[in-house]
Amino acid sequence: MLPFLLEVGAEEIPDWMIPAALEQLGKDFQSLLEAHKLGGRVTRTDGTGRRLVLWAEGLVERQADSVEIVSGPPKGANPNAVAGFAKKSGVSADDLQVETTARGEYYTFRRQVAGRATAELLAELLPELIQKLYFPKTMFWTGKGGPKFIRPIRWIVALLGDRVVPFTLAGVESGNESSAHRQLGAGGPIPVTIANYEAELEKNFVIVSSAARRAKIEREVAALGNAQSDPKLLETLTFITEYPAAIRGGFDASYLTLPKEVLTMVMRFHQKYFAVNAADGSLAPHFIAVMNIPADPEGHVVRGNERVLRARFNDARFFYDVDQKRPLLDRVGDLANVTFQAKIGSYLEKTSRMVALAQELGGREAAEAAYLAKADLTTEMVKEFTDLQGIIGGLYIAAQGGKPAVAKAVYEHYKPLSMEDTIPSTATGQAVALADKVDTLRSCFAVDMIPTGSKDPFALRRAAQGVVKILVEGELSPSLRELAAGDGKLEEFFLERVKHYFREVKGYAYDEVNAVLAVGWADLKDVALRLEAVKAVRPTPNFEPVAAAFKRIKNILTQAGPLPPGAPEASLFNEAEAGVAAAAREAAIKDGGYPAQLERIAGLRPAIDHFFDQVLVNDPDPAVRDNRLRLLNQLISEFSSIADFSEIVTK
Amino acid sequence: MDSFQETVFKLKKYWADRGCVIQEPYDIEVGAGTMSPETFLRVLGPKPWRVGYVQPSRRPADGRYGDNPNRLYKHQQLQVILKPTPKDVIDQYLGSLEAIGIDLSKHDLKLEEDNWESPTLGAWGIGWQVMLDGMEITQFTYFQQCGGIDLDLCPAEITYGLERIVSFLQGKESVYDIEWAPGVPYSDVRYFDELQLSVYNFESADVAMLWEALGRHEAEAQRLIDQYKTVEDPAEKRRFPLLGAYDQVLKCSNLFNLLDARGAISVTERVGVIARVRKIAVGVAQAWVDQEPFRTMKEVA
Repeated sequence: MLPFLLEVGAEEIPDWMIPAALEQLGKDFQSLLEAHKLGGRVTRTDGTGRRLVLWAEGLVERQADSVEIVSGPPKGANPNAVAGFAKKSGVSADDLQVETTARGEYYTFRRQVAGRATAELLAELLPELIQKLYFPKTMFWTGKGGPKFIRPIRWIVALLGDRVVPFTLAGVESGNESSAHRQLGAGGPIPVTIANYEAELEKNFVIVSSAARRAKIEREVAALGNAQSDPKLLETLTFITEYPAAIRGGFDASYLTLPKEVLTMVMRFHQKYFAVNAADGSLAPHFIAVMNIPADPEGHVVRGNERVLRARFNDARFFYDVDQKRPLLDRVGDLANVTFQAKIGSYLEKTSRMVALAQELGGREAAEAAYLAKADLTTEMVKEFTDLQGIIGGLYIAAQGGKPAVAKAVYEHYKPLSMEDTIPSTATGQAVALADKVDTLRSCFAVDMIPTGSKDPFALRRAAQGVVKILVEGELSPSLRELAAGDGKLEEFFLERVKHYFREVKGYAYDEVNAVLAVGWADLKDVALRLEAVKAVRPTPNFEPVAAAFKRIKNILTQAGPLPPGAPEASLFNEAEAGVAAAAREAAIKDGGYPAQLERIAGLRPAIDHFFDQVLVNDPDPAVRDNRLRLLNQLISEFSSIADFSEIVTK
Repeated sequence: MDSFQETVFKLKKYWADRGCVIQEPYDIEVGAGTMSPETFLRVLGPKPWRVGYVQPSRRPADGRYGDNPNRLYKHQQLQVILKPTPKDVIDQYLGSLEAIGIDLSKHDLKLEEDNWESPTLGAWGIGWQVMLDGMEITQFTYFQQCGGIDLDLCPAEITYGLERIVSFLQGKESVYDIEWAPGVPYSDVRYFDELQLSVYNFESADVAMLWEALGRHEAEAQRLIDQYKTVEDPAEKRRFPLLGAYDQVLKCSNLFNLLDARGAISVTERVGVIARVRKIAVGVAQAWVDQEPFRTMKEVA
């Protein structure tokens, strides 16, 4: 049983691609072991931006020998054919056997297949395995038509036990030599064994374990101050460093007069720093950076980063001061020169549509906010920090003496940015956010810019998802049909998003969602209540049987064709039919909310079961048959206001 | 402490020692060192090439009237092209930083994903921005395509932002405080460029004239590209002035940037004008590749 180690050494791979590449490397190697009966299992994958590493254990030294049965001509075949088969198999005709198969008797030959050495097989298979790793964007580096990878491969360690698995990939020969940190440790190659690999690299300032790097960063950052939690940044820093260490720097407190959103954006996204909070929760004039060297004893790195941050903050201050020379209110007209979309028109036109829609949805204050919502697109600050659009508008309105409610609505009008994000916190903000998104959707659909497959350049799915989320979580009454304004394709698009929302965000089963939406989705607040009730009552013993019965009834009605008009005639009922009718009357009481109603519907089960036990719907007497169909139809229509139970998948 | 020019000398010497031809800047306005024919045309085709040069790069929209300590209308790039890319290219690059006095064991160096793309040149590559103590000092790109053509040899393009590197080395808060030559600050050398050309670019350039010039240079480039396609005689092909056509492309690119800074191009028009410039850039690149075998031909007796 042999251990195995693979290290693919490359130039800096983008941090966000590494975890997925490692996962695939592990899976693909495990499949390789199984497909070729090499035994063993992958025990770990890990790495840094410069190395993807895999460990496995328990590999066999060579595959077991096996016997392959080769079939030849049938027993009655021409002797020449038999001799030919023997010759091809490398034996004399006497060595052939005759075996009985399902098709008759055939000459066969049992070939002894010697197992191959694992090292030899791996040497053949590893180049392809490495090159098959998926990366979103790959490159040539040895020239056109050469190998492609995410970045150039510069060294490969491949060890089976204490021996190298020899192969060549992109001109790089595999070996037992790894590479140190770019600036620190030994300059040349680092010879390693499977046992000492991590220790040797650590001596050369490479911490191979991403968990250890992450923990080191977390520990050191925590020791340096009250850093804002930033899981995404932590991941990035874990994978762009090989030997991380945190340092703390400061900036002049006078910059704190700039919007904290801007300062935080510069620190987190442009500089990859953790922003630091003061004891009172406000922003502190500090930052925590993570270097890719162990220490900064002379303070070079701190000073350098402080200098860069100062320059960036100066830029931001310059933009802020320039922007204040013209209030947002005066900038709305400039939106005539900012294109929203070539086929649709300018942001000024969008603004006037948004104002009308916001007025309808949220009244005068919403209209005022909608008028100003896009004006920040003309500011220097938003040109520099595009992700802060809306936020900058809100901050400027407040700074320029606008109404706080209007400022807040503009600030939040891009929300929710994702399924996890919250919706705008005020009714006015919700109305402006809806107006913005609905206008974008209507305008794009009107010029046939409809997302297909993975193509959605205007993020229309996100916009529609935002509309759904605001309506449900804001408990707002406008229906999606109204918002779609008669555009059938947009209505359908909304319906898809509604399904997606209740399944993926709210976690309802797909059949529950289908059942509830099948009977109407005009009022999403009501849809939410009905779903909650279906989910709550579903585990009770009578629910699924009743759902199954409803499906059966629906099938019967469909097969029966056009329904005879009118209500069922009670005088024609037998005992079982009368029982169903009576139970239905009782269950039809509408008080007590949806869960209570559903429980009553589930309570129909004994009566319905009894009905189907006793009665054949397709009675030879057409009058009796029609009356039964009428009864069943009445039952279905009466109890399908909460959900179409026939959509429920029953066991 | 080295002056700005001393640092430039050292970098040029470093790359000269590694087989680079040291060129002077191209003498037509460009927005980046990539646009010099030393890069744009030489990366095409199968011939190896190593070159280094400082290219003053004009970005009209980045002008700040000489007021902003870190933004310039015209900045100096040191551009290095290594075609094909040596295996130890990054180590060689790191060596150049050591050569200008950066002790890398004491500084934080990161290569952060940054793929470069120039829509007007039909060019793109894969690479990084090199961050030194949190400051971007170099753009490192493995060229993949240029003028819409896949590159045979995938050259490495190393673009040093000289003002940034030197302000880092000299510990200056403002580029204008950099010492260009001993006792001579950057501001003495360049301030009025920044001030007067910001005024010109933002306030006084004649928009109608710029549009007209753009149209005429574009037409001249297109005329030459079209004419090249009709040439069949090898000797005529060899002497056909594609380099002249490329100069017209550069003129167009700079005029586009000026019009953009002047606020004369709406967002809608932008895409269209970029496409016009790309069309002639791609046209020249394709013709240049076609001309390759004729250029290697010996002089006709």
